[in-house]
Amino acid sequence: MFRNVAELVELAQSKNKPISEIMIEQEMDFRGNTREEVYAQMKNNLVVMEQAVERGINEDVRSHSGLTGGDAVLLQNYMKTGNSLSGQTMLDAVSKAIATNEVNAAMGTICATPTAGSAGVVPGTLFAIREKVNPTEEQMVRYLFTSGAFGFVVANNASISGAAGGCQAEVGSATGMAAAAIVELMGGTPEQSSHAFAIALKNMLGLVCDPVAGLVEVPCVKRNAMGASNALVAADMSLAGITSRIPCDEVIDAMYKIGQSMPSTLRETAQGGLAATPTGRELEAKIFGVSLDRK
Amino acid sequence: MKFRSVFDIIGPVMIGPSSSHTAGAARIGRVARHLFGREPKTITISLYGSFARTYKGHGTDVALVGGVLDFDTYDERIVNALTIAKEKKIKVRFTEEDALTDHPNTARIHLTDEKGELELVGISIGGGKIEVIELNGFALGLSGNSPAILVVHNDRFGAIAGVSNTLAKHEINIGHMNVSRKEKGKEALMTIEVDQNIPQVVLDEVELLPNIIQVAKISD
Repeated sequence: MFRNVAELVELAQSKNKPISEIMIEQEMDFRGNTREEVYAQMKNNLVVMEQAVERGINEDVRSHSGLTGGDAVLLQNYMKTGNSLSGQTMLDAVSKAIATNEVNAAMGTICATPTAGSAGVVPGTLFAIREKVNPTEEQMVRYLFTSGAFGFVVANNASISGAAGGCQAEVGSATGMAAAAIVELMGGTPEQSSHAFAIALKNMLGLVCDPVAGLVEVPCVKRNAMGASNALVAADMSLAGITSRIPCDEVIDAMYKIGQSMPSTLRETAQGGLAATPTGRELEAKIFGVSLDRK
Repeated sequence: MKFRSVFDIIGPVMIGPSSSHTAGAARIGRVARHLFGREPKTITISLYGSFARTYKGHGTDVALVGGVLDFDTYDERIVNALTIAKEKKIKVRFTEEDALTDHPNTARIHLTDEKGELELVGISIGGGKIEVIELNGFALGLSGNSPAILVVHNDRFGAIAGVSNTLAKHEINIGHMNVSRKEKGKEALMTIEVDQNIPQVVLDEVELLPNIIQVAKISD
């Protein structure tokens, strides 16, 4: 069993196998299941992700609070004008990340990756890349195993919970996971995956968890959007041969320590950050029908 | 290592919006239900930390109650759990606690009916994963992911050996075991996580052993 990214990369290199394969083998070993059983469960997760993306980009999904919804559709329509600056794959990833999170905020069915609040980044990037490079089903399932392998390390050595480590632990982890998986799908090495993860997470360090009114909506949905774009850029940088000066495991450790030193007001308590802005407070009072004076 | 499966990271499939506040909460509620063994008449839930601050917006209330109604994390009935409980004439009460707990997402669930009661404290540690840290006043560590049996027994020599011998006879392998007692010689609790599901016949056999008071199982 690998305990950190260094061991994961080392395992993949010594066995001459992709990271996804190391994760599949470990899961078979841990559960005592066959390859087919492990594959089938991940395939099921892929189906759930695709359904959430399709719902989000085609339907006018609205949350109960009314704070979020409909932005994925706006972005899809904007892409059709052909005037976007960021490029089709980038904006497709962003809109599909938003789509997933809008469905999540509306209490729809999603697959947590690694959490529900950060569920947009991994499928958002995956389904945008599908449009570009037309991967096989197996490549798409492997994408999720590679993402999972990196998330597994973060969960065991740092945290994937906003309440424990801030949003860097949620959307930050998801962004690194997606970046690493993109690299493998695009033919990069295990080591390049680890650099992509490190580059992506480095740029999410310090991200606080400050949901307005305590809801997984503002700023969560748009942070998933930015996470998806960050993941694509980090993956491209790594595929270009750029490396992270700080090794991946040390970035994860830094993230953990930053999370530990964050005040509780910035860890999913809706007591600080954007949640504590005048507009944030106003929205909270309005949603829960409480007067502002009592806040 | 707290997380051992890739599906703790890519998963669970769930109803939004929060894996720790919604899916984790549903799982805590469901463990309480399985230990209680039947539908309760009253559900009293105390919320601590982040749960107390943000439970309404995250659907933690409907998820906890949905779990007690035996709904899985992806069961769409979770959204209407409070209404469903009302239709079943189950009394539900929530209290927001100020007390500081070790973990920011902590819930205490108290279930009752005419036959008995149960109190459980669960924490949601992220990504939908939970731990049960207290049952009827006993401290314990239970992942909620492996099948497990809980055995309330009298603190006497041979009680633990009797249970483990019975499991061995049925070729059930113990992955993790914990024993706690409030006071020497009084009531104690065995928490046993095992590798495979436990047939009812084994539980019945364990219950007939000397010094065993109550046996409950938690399925995978």
